Amino acid sequence: MSNAPTREVARRVFASEFNDAEFTFKESDDERAPLYALLPTGERANRVFVVGTLTETEDIGEDSEYWRGRVVDPTGTFFVYAGQYQPDAASALREMETPTYVAVVGKPRTFETDDGSVNVSLRPESITPVSEATRDRWVVETAERTMERLGAFDEEGNEYVERARAEYGEDVSEYRQAVLQALEDFDVQETESAPDA
Amino acid sequence: MSDLSDTAQEIHDEFSEHVDATVDDVEERLQTLVTEYKVPVDEARRSVENHYLDEAGLDRDDLAGGGGNETVQVEDVDEPEQWVDLTAKVVELWEPRSDSVGQVGLLGDPTGTIKFTKWAKSDLANLEEGKTYRLGNVVTDEYEGRYSVKLNKTTSIEEVDEEFEVGDNEDEVEGALVDIQSGSGLIKRCPEEDCTRVLQNGRCSEHGEVEGEFDLRIKGVLDDGRDVHEVIFDEEATEALTGIDLEAAKQMAKDALDTTVVADEMRSSILGRYYRVTGPTFGRYVLANDTEELDAPADPEAVLIKARSI
Repeated sequence: MSNAPTREVARRVFASEFNDAEFTFKESDDERAPLYALLPTGERANRVFVVGTLTETEDIGEDSEYWRGRVVDPTGTFFVYAGQYQPDAASALREMETPTYVAVVGKPRTFETDDGSVNVSLRPESITPVSEATRDRWVVETAERTMERLGAFDEEGNEYVERARAEYGEDVSEYRQAVLQALEDFDVQETESAPDA
Repeated sequence: MSDLSDTAQEIHDEFSEHVDATVDDVEERLQTLVTEYKVPVDEARRSVENHYLDEAGLDRDDLAGGGGNETVQVEDVDEPEQWVDLTAKVVELWEPRSDSVGQVGLLGDPTGTIKFTKWAKSDLANLEEGKTYRLGNVVTDEYEGRYSVKLNKTTSIEEVDEEFEVGDNEDEVEGALVDIQSGSGLIKRCPEEDCTRVLQNGRCSEHGEVEGEFDLRIKGVLDDGRDVHEVIFDEEATEALTGIDLEAAKQMAKDALDTTVVADEMRSSILGRYYRVTGPTFGRYVLANDTEELDAPADPEAVLIKARSI
């Protein structure tokens, strides 16, 4: 029973923090060892679960299809890339109308651009349509999980916190701001939402 | 011959604390005596028991356990081959499927329920449904992550006057459904009696190529961002979750000439949504008895107050 490899938890992280998670690492030298992105709030993420608005899809492939989708949350945009090795996700991006709410389960990936900066993106395992209620639940849940990480950020002896401090610095106030911004969005939406929304 | 393996199991259970021998070892010894040397089963059993008593340096009386058992509750049973004492109510009695089984059924205490087996040859008094007993010296066992207790000839049975509500040992898990694993959707099971294994490419790992019987199942993963829970939805739960029943699934597969369309369709309608599932845990899996989609409007207020305070 216990010899089955344990499945990696899908972390909840807002786009603004996810896109800052440029540092990746493995826990062992094994070629097949899982790759982790180091979140700036001090946690490792091999998998994330994201819900947001799919605003644009585009086939940017040259020889074969390679789809890019933009998934927007209250703090920023996740870039989702799916090609021939993610056939289900690629066909979801090909067929979905935008804008629409989607849930994405996927793995963080980084690539270096020509000008030397690192871009963080999401390699999807699945992309499925969801309701607005699911999207709202995700925002609240992700705010909670992010606050939990922020709460643990001052702990001594937390390996990933220490690595995050070393890689990204000690200032995590922008992620606290992002949490507030995401939650305060609900107030604005409630007062502004028109009957025909 | 299945009689012999049952006897072997009983002997093994008796000695499991003392001697490092597998059930197969025990059975081989019995087999040699019974088939090669024509020794009656009872005598063979005595002889094999004596062999292991010698090996362990024990007297026959030591086997009764000496009263040093731990008194446990049903939910504490999480390891096979433990000698324990248990006070439990007989929730149900089932029809024994083998002559070597005297009684089989379900015991329960406030923490949950557990299967019990009483061997025919153990010469114990019959348990009655609805009555509560203090059972001394029973052995725990495990099969595919499910635990049971076995009553043997060293077990003491004492009816007691205790009233309690039997617990349902159900767990509640919730989270986003982040994966639907292979072996989900429209599957085929082995039709052999008591088998029900899921076929891989038309083959049963036990019975080879067979004409399978269709069934619906989902093996899913619920993830709340802290932990993952593997959940199995049986035919009924799958229909409740996806709105696709077995007949509809068969028709979909027939139209597409492909059974995988069923799982694909299910994926697109349930992946990425939040659910709360309640049901018993067996090994790695929670078996979904009741599933609720968490689609009520989110309430950000409490979280916002907390966020502002830090």
